[in-house]
Amino acid sequence: MIKTENLHFAYPTGGDVLNGIDLDIGDSEFVAIMGENGAGKTTLIKHFNGLHKPTKGRVSIDNIDTRKRSVASISKDVGLVFQNPDHQLFCETVEEEVAFSLKNFGYDTETIDRRTNAILETLDLSQYAESSPFTLSGGERKRVALASVLVWNPKHVILDEPTIGQDYQQKDRLRNFILQLVSQRKTVVMVTHDVEFVAECKPRVVLLSAGRVAGDGPAREILTDDVLLNGCSLIRPQISSLMHSLRDLDVSQDIIDVYSARACLVKAYEKVRKCQ
Amino acid sequence: MPTIVVKDLTFTYLGSKKPSISDLTFSVDEGQFVILTGPSGCGKTSVCRCLNGLIPHFYSGELEGDLTVCGLSIREKSTSELARKVGFVFQNPENQLFSLSVERDVAFGPENLGLPRSETRKRVDWALEVTGISGLRYRAPYELSGGQQQRAAIAAVLAMKPEVMVLDEPTSFLDPKSAVDILKVVHDLNKTLGMTIVLVEHRLDLASQYADRVIIMDKGETILDGKPSEVLGEKARLIGVGIPRITLLAQLLQKDGLSFASIPISVEDASVAIRRLLSS
Repeated sequence: MIKTENLHFAYPTGGDVLNGIDLDIGDSEFVAIMGENGAGKTTLIKHFNGLHKPTKGRVSIDNIDTRKRSVASISKDVGLVFQNPDHQLFCETVEEEVAFSLKNFGYDTETIDRRTNAILETLDLSQYAESSPFTLSGGERKRVALASVLVWNPKHVILDEPTIGQDYQQKDRLRNFILQLVSQRKTVVMVTHDVEFVAECKPRVVLLSAGRVAGDGPAREILTDDVLLNGCSLIRPQISSLMHSLRDLDVSQDIIDVYSARACLVKAYEKVRKCQ
Repeated sequence: MPTIVVKDLTFTYLGSKKPSISDLTFSVDEGQFVILTGPSGCGKTSVCRCLNGLIPHFYSGELEGDLTVCGLSIREKSTSELARKVGFVFQNPENQLFSLSVERDVAFGPENLGLPRSETRKRVDWALEVTGISGLRYRAPYELSGGQQQRAAIAAVLAMKPEVMVLDEPTSFLDPKSAVDILKVVHDLNKTLGMTIVLVEHRLDLASQYADRVIIMDKGETILDGKPSEVLGEKARLIGVGIPRITLLAQLLQKDGLSFASIPISVEDASVAIRRLLSS
């Protein structure tokens, strides 16, 4: 469980970034943290593995205060994948990069090989095992960073903007993979601007604005609330905008994904045809 | 005469076995707004690097064929010569901004061209105005939001008065509203100044309504090339292109018997078409 109580944080050189955040994220919950650039999203998740410690208030992971544990110790339970993969990649090959943490944690060679190969396969990276991460494209490097964290099987997985640079198929794969992690009772928290991705995954959505929680609820509620979205520099997903523009035709207003919209519109169309 | 001519272009990075660009041929007319897209690793960033000569002058490797921009061959001309014609905006504005004020950053290009002080001043004022950040001129770039930083990066490129602007995923670090704002700035450059735009973008839901043309690449080659509404279909989706959700919905509805005169690429178009179907 990830819990923040009255969390305040200020960087030594600047003003307050987080202004009293109370948040409970249960085990095997899937949460998207959204908000405008500079709302404090990345600063918030850096508290989850102890990289930042609150200036006031408390953050606890599985009921232990992050101030009482080292970052190295918290990291075994909380895997954080940075937004910019170049901040975390440094080995000569993709394979070494992904195996690095397991070697550090002292696993035997057989386990290291088995787990490394499995995660490379899952994230469609096997063909690059021998390549240098720095010869890969931005989207591929991002997946290497993800693999190098997921390989040690942390209980809580924190992803900072995982969909940047990913194409449609990779996003689809990522979505399935995240849902698989959730079904394995892992907590997944992702910071993202990608309203279309969130509309398809439908996690719980926490909106941040100026270091405060501006909204918290199911995706279909939050992503259809124009007042909330406006205040956080977000826009409705395309499908929700379409349904909203057709609201006088009595179509459902809480639809945010393509397939539900298809079913709803086909039904409405058939009704019209029957009446003719 | 086309502004950009790519002819039988193949490039393999030093140390890589497979070419990143493979026998690529296309041309872009003056004043066109082209989106270049395709699955991750398809070679789109490499094409951008060719357009301003970073390939072959900075990134080593084997280059075959040729690419000319405004009549200048990337084989013959240096990056600094090409930079006068081709402006380049990177994905992450932090990689591009380095001065202590926005104004200094925007002035850097014209100063390096050796322009007189009065002309530099004029261009800085103009570039800041066009991108809507005149009020931020004395601020430090690192104090700005991502959207403001990206505007500053565009202003810095604009002050060089390039004929072609190449933008490599300029919105990917931005929240949706800031992303829409940046795309509108780019759209304005194209419409009011007639600047030729090459935009590499995954966020087609936001960008495709502004483009005249979409080129889709896969494995270093061109797969599809045409108007957004023609190109963003099943084939594009199968190779991994994120076609706008609204376009996908219309294609699925078409299969269910709802017929569209043309496949919509914006919410507004889709709304009009579906309203017609539901009220007939």
